[in-house]
Amino acid sequence: MSLKIIDESKINPKKYISKDMLAPAKSWYVIASLVAALILNFVPLQSFALAMRPDFAALVILYWAINQPQRLGMSLAFCAGLMMDVHHTSVLGHHALVYCVIVYIASIFRRRINVFSLVQQIPQICVILLIMQSILIVIELLGGANLPGWHYYLKSLSGAIVWPIVAFLLSYPLKHRSNPDAL
Amino acid sequence: MDSTPQFFRHGPGPLARLLLFVLLSCLLMVEDLRFKVIPELRQAVAMIIYPIQQVALLPSEVHDTVMDFINSFHIIEENAYLREHYLRNSEKLLRLKALEAENTHLRKLLGAVNTIHAKTTAKAVMAEILYTPRDPFSHKITVNKGREHGIQPGQIVIDYKGIIGQITRVYPLVSEVTLITDKDHSVPIQIVRNNIRTVISGTGKNNEIELRYLSVNTDIREGDLLATSGIGGVYPRGLPVAVVTGIKRHPSDNFAQITGTPVAGVDRNRQVLILSLSPALPTSPENLAEESSVESENN
Repeated sequence: MSLKIIDESKINPKKYISKDMLAPAKSWYVIASLVAALILNFVPLQSFALAMRPDFAALVILYWAINQPQRLGMSLAFCAGLMMDVHHTSVLGHHALVYCVIVYIASIFRRRINVFSLVQQIPQICVILLIMQSILIVIELLGGANLPGWHYYLKSLSGAIVWPIVAFLLSYPLKHRSNPDAL
Repeated sequence: MDSTPQFFRHGPGPLARLLLFVLLSCLLMVEDLRFKVIPELRQAVAMIIYPIQQVALLPSEVHDTVMDFINSFHIIEENAYLREHYLRNSEKLLRLKALEAENTHLRKLLGAVNTIHAKTTAKAVMAEILYTPRDPFSHKITVNKGREHGIQPGQIVIDYKGIIGQITRVYPLVSEVTLITDKDHSVPIQIVRNNIRTVISGTGKNNEIELRYLSVNTDIREGDLLATSGIGGVYPRGLPVAVVTGIKRHPSDNFAQITGTPVAGVDRNRQVLILSLSPALPTSPENLAEESSVESENN
């Protein structure tokens, strides 16, 4: 059995291992980021921009649930969902439910998702957002609504595309400034 | 598993927690859809998010101020234009007053019941649309007048062309308007051309409403104007609602499929007018007995 199975020069350690260690977020920082996301969600927009606007609250909830699950529990996600429902004049509890579901999904897959870089996480985040929107549609259909057009799903795509930006911005204040290699 | 040390305990697992919250939100949804026992919860959350909404509205307010400033250069032309329009309309108004007097006179001669008060312009409140929710399922808008401004649920919202919707939920500073395109919303109407009475309902699609349950041989044509009939007492009489745009008469169906487009800019204007509630109508016959008994007790 040859020991030299892997050519070490081909391993790019930076790709997988050198993820920055993030400082644990303060709870006020988590709440402030959620409030900022809600503000972005509440900005009044018109037709096309309205259809394309990603659900920032969902993205922020996903970020904390993936990266620091001890900071954001389902109860906080539930509260954010209630606020979305009241703002959107929809049935109370329906965004609250889907936000709890995405926290759950993130808690299962967070180690797997964390292996990838932010850009590589895009398709996985997209799938989670699509699941979220599908649950929303099912709830609405049970309530007797019509099926929305396909462009309803554009929000998931745009959400996944802005995910690296959101994640980078959220993680930026948490990065250690000092160089860990310096003695 | 009971021997897990206290140190590692983190409460119930994620699945248990998820089930708990799913149950909670399902209860909330059922409560909100069917029973409406705790309206205070929605009011409380609305109060909490009010500052967040105000911050979110800042960009559009800035945009409006800038646009107002730019538009102010055209204000003289606009003033002249409006003056001209006012003169033209006042001529029409004078004729309307004469017609109204003639109408009441004729009705008296006929011995007909007095029409429901057309006191619509007396106490109208101007309101501005704050935002439309991005949810494609809900056809509602939020306007910037609430309980503090004397708004009550049930008031009618119009623009300068016709009916937009009805106030359905009132918060202290804002209120929700259900548009006539909402699928759960209906308006009693009349076809202006031949006075056929019917009810028009929203479809849940933008800019489309439909006339359900009109038989295939009903006299209705494309381009017919539909106006409120005043029956039911919620909507004042004679306000334009929609224009018929499509009629499909299929011999195998009992009813014709008739769709229309709202006359008012249901999804366009910024400013709307909230009309005051029309005076209370006599109650329906079933309640009449109860009401009279209550009244006799009071007397």
